[in-house]
Amino acid sequence: MTFDCQSLSVSKLNSNILIAENRRAALEFSQKVRVLCWVMTQPKHLKSRTQHVRATWGKRCNIVLYMSSEASDFPTVGLNVSEGRSQLYWKTIRAFQHIHTHHLDHADWFLKADDDTFVVLENLRYGLSKHNAEEPLYFGRRFTPFVAQGYMSGGAGYVLSKEALRRFVKGFADGLCTHNTETEDVGLGKCMETMKVQLGDSRDVLGRQTFHPYPPDYYLPRQTPRLRPWYLLYEHYQPVEGPGCCSDLAISFHYIDAVQMHTLEYYSYHLRPYGYKYRFKLTTLLSKKLMTLALETQCKTRKALVNPDFGCHSFTEERTSVCLIVMRLRIDGKRSFPNLRVMNDYY
Amino acid sequence: MRWRAGETDSRTDTTFLLFSGCVYGNECDVVASKCEHSSVLLKGLQSSMMSEGSSFMKGMILGGIFCLVMAFFETFNSGTHSEGREHLHHHLKPVSKDELQKLSESQMSDWTLQVRVYCLIMVTPKLLVHWATANDTWSKHCDKSVFYTSESSKALEAIDLQEQDEWARLRKAIKHAYENAGDLRWFFVARPTTYAIIENLKYLVLDKDPSQPFYIGHTEKSGELDYVEYDSGIVLSYEAMRRLIEIFKDEDRCPERGHALWKTPEEKQLATCLKYTGVFAENGEDAQGKGLFNKKSVSSLISDSMGQNPADVVEACCSDMAITFGGMSPSQIQVLMYGVYRLRPYGHDFHDSLTFLPPNDSDND
Repeated sequence: MTFDCQSLSVSKLNSNILIAENRRAALEFSQKVRVLCWVMTQPKHLKSRTQHVRATWGKRCNIVLYMSSEASDFPTVGLNVSEGRSQLYWKTIRAFQHIHTHHLDHADWFLKADDDTFVVLENLRYGLSKHNAEEPLYFGRRFTPFVAQGYMSGGAGYVLSKEALRRFVKGFADGLCTHNTETEDVGLGKCMETMKVQLGDSRDVLGRQTFHPYPPDYYLPRQTPRLRPWYLLYEHYQPVEGPGCCSDLAISFHYIDAVQMHTLEYYSYHLRPYGYKYRFKLTTLLSKKLMTLALETQCKTRKALVNPDFGCHSFTEERTSVCLIVMRLRIDGKRSFPNLRVMNDYY
Repeated sequence: MRWRAGETDSRTDTTFLLFSGCVYGNECDVVASKCEHSSVLLKGLQSSMMSEGSSFMKGMILGGIFCLVMAFFETFNSGTHSEGREHLHHHLKPVSKDELQKLSESQMSDWTLQVRVYCLIMVTPKLLVHWATANDTWSKHCDKSVFYTSESSKALEAIDLQEQDEWARLRKAIKHAYENAGDLRWFFVARPTTYAIIENLKYLVLDKDPSQPFYIGHTEKSGELDYVEYDSGIVLSYEAMRRLIEIFKDEDRCPERGHALWKTPEEKQLATCLKYTGVFAENGEDAQGKGLFNKKSVSSLISDSMGQNPADVVEACCSDMAITFGGMSPSQIQVLMYGVYRLRPYGHDFHDSLTFLPPNDSDND
């Protein structure tokens, strides 16, 4: 999209750029941020659980594979393992090996989810878009115990970058990682640590979680200040109870039964308040002054100020430069913009 | 009791009349009558047979039974009468997208100013937790929301109407709301066990003139009476409210305390009173004909849809622009709040013709 600096106006900026931005970005995302999803399932769950995954979010993955002990017309991929809790880590290992063998070049990121996990793919792609799949990274809901650097909750779903997947498979091939536990998420976390794969921070810019190991009604209802309930004991980051728990752009919820799966689908993709201007969006929080400044800088310099240290990687020049200017102002701009509040941006 | 033979739907009424009138008399003379008259009529029909006292007794007993049965059906039919004409608009839909796009900026801002809602939320002390939930969630999206309670109670912040009878309480609340409406022209009545998406309510009534009488919600039928179900919320325009206030003064047609032996639910009493003023219930639905007002919870509706439409659960279930859901627990309501106002997939934007801003001092929307 070319920018005509002569006929610029801020009001046009808000509506045109950002909406066109989002539409184009969303479309681009599915081609630029390719996600292969594999769903851990079993034959007796296909009818009660997995079919609802297939009917809702499964189709939004670039590729979706339903991994089971047996191949079937569902379609499921048959792994050479038996069913049961003790076999979960073997299933995980075999699943990633299968994907590495057959699909390594078909995607950039590799998501593992359960057959009772609900995932919002668009939000996953958005979160991943800022990162490089050739780096050894892994994202999810960070837990502390058992592994020194921590590990990602299995139920909430976790994502491996392409490089992380290579290292996981190599770890087993070279004998550096072994099957040493029944708990698949801990086992994988240990191997990630051994293979020097970094844990990413999947929280949004306000510190709200995107991956959730339990359903939304565990986190959202307001609570009086209290000691951590049992389901928050493993949390790496300080948990927040009540509305601040969860990002608007949530990525996953777990222990979701069939009815809840369709309910979350309805909430995410269908039910909406007509005309409502969402509270957390760049346009409402960025003052016109800043937008003008961003545009002027863009137009004057004729190039985006891309500085990796500022952590503003994004698809398009315009958005990157706005982000960078905001960041710089946040650090040293208090003199120039005394009325500047904390800049909550999603970029 | 007013009742005209031949104008009642209820076949049973007619049967009883025929039975009562024809058994003893030679002619089945059917005339308009009051309850006492029917007994007299029967007695008159039997005058020729008054040779024995037992016939007289039979007549009296039969007349008495007849009278009770008539009173019984009277309350169910809620005094329908020949003045009711067939209402043309039973289904009410939002303005179409094409229509909206044709509007000018000034017309759009006029409509935005007009479509402001006064929420009347009817609570009782035992609904304290639901009061707190409604107060913390959807009621913040009303332009004005007022809680009305039957009696005062600790922690419950509401206007105390000091009234145990539901219908009398509703009347008082309506009067209070009408007097304190300011320049608000739309009224929404609900209990705190209902959850409402006010923006979608505004969208539904956007192109409707509040100086016309409107009475909207999920409509049900009881005999000849169409009424709006209370559990899924009741929408009234300013004119409908004005007419209600007027008819409240009429103790015959719209009594504050009913004369029947059993209580008619206030939703039907409301419908009856409104019908006397020429205002009829309309069913709120979206462009596809899906109901916008639901008394069931989201999960209940989804569950039903999974049974009936397994191939297309969400599409078949509920409208994207749904207005109300009922029967949800406080924690389910808080999740719904998040689902409506926050949870969404990145990149899905809508070019809506109106803008509604988030309320001030709120963190859950």
